[in-house]
Amino acid sequence: MAFTTIAGAARALRTGRVTSVGLADQVLARTSMVEAQLHAYLTLDSDGLMEAAARADEELAAGKDRGPLHGIPIAVKDNMTTRHMETTAGSRILSGYVPPYDATAVRRLRDAGALIAGKTNLDEFAMGSSTENSAFGPTRNPWNTDRVPGGSSGGSVAAVAAGMALGGLGSDTGGSIRQPASLCGVVGAKPTYGAVSRYGLIAFASSLDQIGPIAHRVEDAALLLDAICGHDPLDATSYPGEIEPSGSWLDRGLDGIRVGVARRLGGADAVEPDVEAAFDRALAAMEGAGAVTLEVDLPSTEQGLSAYYLIAPAECSANLARFDGVRYGLRVDGVTTEQMMSRSRADGFGAEVTRRVLLGTFALSAGYHEAFYGQAQKVRTLIREDFARAYTQCDVLVSPTSATTAFPLGDRTDDPLSMYVSDVFTIPSNLAGHPAISVPVALDRHDLPIGFQVMAPALEEAVMFQVAAAVESLTGFDTTVPFDPAYGLRGGVR
Amino acid sequence: MTWEAVIGLETHVELSTESKMFCGCPARFDAKPNTNICPVCLGLPGALPVPNREAINRIVQIGLALNCSVNRRPVFHRKNYFYADLPKNYQISQFDLPVCVDGYLEVGGDHPGRIGIERVHQEEDTGKSTHRGGDGRISAAEYSLLDFNRSGVPLVEVVTRPDIRSAAQARAYAQELRLLVEALGVSDARLEEGSIRFDANISVRSGPEAPLGTKVEIKNMNSFRSLERAVSYEIARQTARLSSGQGIVMETRHWDEETGVTRGGRIKEGSSDYRYFPDPDLVPMEVDREWENRMAALLPELPSVRRERYEEMGIDTAQAATLAGAEAGLSQLFEDAVEAGAGPGQAANWATGEVVASLRKAGIPSVGESSLNGPSLAELLGMVRQGSLSGSAAREVLAGVIAGEGSPAEVAATRDLLQISDTGLLESVVDGLIAANPDEFARLKDGERKLVGFFVGQVMRNTRGRADPKLAGSLISERAGL
Repeated sequence: MAFTTIAGAARALRTGRVTSVGLADQVLARTSMVEAQLHAYLTLDSDGLMEAAARADEELAAGKDRGPLHGIPIAVKDNMTTRHMETTAGSRILSGYVPPYDATAVRRLRDAGALIAGKTNLDEFAMGSSTENSAFGPTRNPWNTDRVPGGSSGGSVAAVAAGMALGGLGSDTGGSIRQPASLCGVVGAKPTYGAVSRYGLIAFASSLDQIGPIAHRVEDAALLLDAICGHDPLDATSYPGEIEPSGSWLDRGLDGIRVGVARRLGGADAVEPDVEAAFDRALAAMEGAGAVTLEVDLPSTEQGLSAYYLIAPAECSANLARFDGVRYGLRVDGVTTEQMMSRSRADGFGAEVTRRVLLGTFALSAGYHEAFYGQAQKVRTLIREDFARAYTQCDVLVSPTSATTAFPLGDRTDDPLSMYVSDVFTIPSNLAGHPAISVPVALDRHDLPIGFQVMAPALEEAVMFQVAAAVESLTGFDTTVPFDPAYGLRGGVR
Repeated sequence: MTWEAVIGLETHVELSTESKMFCGCPARFDAKPNTNICPVCLGLPGALPVPNREAINRIVQIGLALNCSVNRRPVFHRKNYFYADLPKNYQISQFDLPVCVDGYLEVGGDHPGRIGIERVHQEEDTGKSTHRGGDGRISAAEYSLLDFNRSGVPLVEVVTRPDIRSAAQARAYAQELRLLVEALGVSDARLEEGSIRFDANISVRSGPEAPLGTKVEIKNMNSFRSLERAVSYEIARQTARLSSGQGIVMETRHWDEETGVTRGGRIKEGSSDYRYFPDPDLVPMEVDREWENRMAALLPELPSVRRERYEEMGIDTAQAATLAGAEAGLSQLFEDAVEAGAGPGQAANWATGEVVASLRKAGIPSVGESSLNGPSLAELLGMVRQGSLSGSAAREVLAGVIAGEGSPAEVAATRDLLQISDTGLLESVVDGLIAANPDEFARLKDGERKLVGFFVGQVMRNTRGRADPKLAGSLISERAGL
């Protein structure tokens, strides 16, 4: 039998029903069957995984138990640095780059006994919502390979959904964990800004980026998050205090929980009828389980998308300046240093990255700085105030995670704005710095997964996971991807 | 028409903290190239800066010493520009909320005045480029070598208001600022090693009331002398152009030490657009009153205050300036000697003269590394005052003390340098000389008084300088019946 949950595999490891080597074999076997269709991994470290699995088994046999992630294969998004393992951020400019250090989140995973199976595909520098912006080709949705997996953490999400790892790490700047989790039918969480160290996360937009967990079950996501979160002296924006473990109250249910319904979060319109219906069914189930719901309005979040598309590009224009061909990565020679830098960047960056760097450079320019970047920061303050007001009346907020289910490849690549709109529901939490999680609740008429978003105030992960776990058990959604060993995954691509 | 120069200086002071501004690497750049580096100061993907609190301590001290007010919530900004030795292609610096603002520095000497300080801000240094091939400049180089040991070393920039009016005053300000950071102990303060660097903004106008002229920035001055020469040259250049009806181009010019001229480089496009914005990797700092007070309590006596105190002790202005401006050990030696009973004037003379010369001769870099201390200097000067040591013998004793041979009395005894003040002993020497030089003695007796000097000289030679010349003179006069 195949193990799909971390908690289940962890129990089986300790009762001797499975070994870590067995789990590694399982994910490698599945990978060999579906990876050609999905392209979830940029680097698959089969040898490293098997060696680490053997060591994990030895340790456990010797009585050294590192906790629930001990011996569990995990997929890591390729914008987190891994010592001695290529890290590209999905960009040609970093093709072949091998970092000398592990990101703090990766190091903490290793310390917790987890096994890094490989590095997963993403939109270049995490800029995108479909994983089509990867310089190394798109990842496909395991539920239907004609569809995108969402993005930018599409590789980690597809790997977890398809059983190519038991859990994954993604990064979320405007929805890059939650939106693909929604589109691929898995759980994905963006923690409070500062809860997980960003040291070693290749920066896209520093004030918005957060690393978070991806897994089949809410409980598993909590296990992953609790292993990687906590103060890091190497990240000045890391939260210095104690945080309640996110898995503390998973079985407390919904009795008396006040749920704010943010149906039009971010000014969302054109929510697909199946998505809206699934959302309402989940709400009704929550009420049935004792939750008190009320409709809330966060009017400032309507400006969220616009503010986001000024702040994120502005920060990325500076963050990506270091990729210049001088010290590492792609270098295209030129007659002068400036020409070398300019050519390296022109050849090394894809269209979307170039677009955002230009946008951000313009937004920060003298004379425009206040009108664009300054205004966007003000909107951010207003959004925080909207959230603060809402949280005087409720404990958590809920919304759909994405207005649509997985869309076909190529559908939105010619129109950047239609792609940007994919993130209306998710961006407000990044702007506010609050935690948010997507839980799969149903399939639409095309058998594509639908996600349900739970948001909470800063550092209130425990309440958020409590509600998410209740939603998960109420909707009883089976997250197993349809897979026929004879035909592989569903979809036009074989 | 009387042209007036308007000058503002930007001074970069490299702090001598243990570690760099935003990472744990040693803040030393004299090591083998690219050995004091890490992911942070190399700008590797994913690396993040964490501020060095000791650097903030030091900039607050500099600001307080410059009479600045301290911002309660200073902010680090990113200053964006592409350069090969700037690893992130932005420099973490400060923009509208620097650590310290609105101060002044009093400049004394021949060009007294209060120079306004606009701001004192914290930033990180860049790496170092070495261009190979061609004439050593980047434009003609075949290739360039990069050393990132200096990358991320904490740098404090002190920006004056345009209050300086002459090249000499610019120099006086720069020297006073160096004394100040040296007294604070926050920097190595060595110009020759580049730990202090100057940029000057210079314009010339038709008189004190006239509107400001177009300003030119001068870079690449690495000594007080080159600062003064460069500013002086640039004032003359601009004055000549304006006098002949030509305009001034807003630009950055480089001082060429060898030819003694400033050379135009690239023309400044208005002012460069550095697209400053608050660094999202760093949270705003909270420099509260308590922190500020702790730093204020650490401030030592500042050079200007010390100078005044020395003058009040009766030491002349130039010597007080030398002593207050000299390395810390020397003024401490002076103060300890006075404390131990030495006369301030005599102690100052010796400290700035003989002591410095003897140390140099012995190849000892500072007082602290020698065996000389205040009480022993006071003892030596006491022996001179009492007449038990001649001036030349005292110099020899000083050398012995510095070399660790013992106290002045011990050295004088061991080296047999004590002055012969024993009348009986000297009388026999004098009588011997009279007998050996009968002709000269006869002429002396006949009234040729200048021959007293001849006999005293002979006495000194015979006693190897140990005789008390005054006593010898009076004995000879006595014998000659004068």
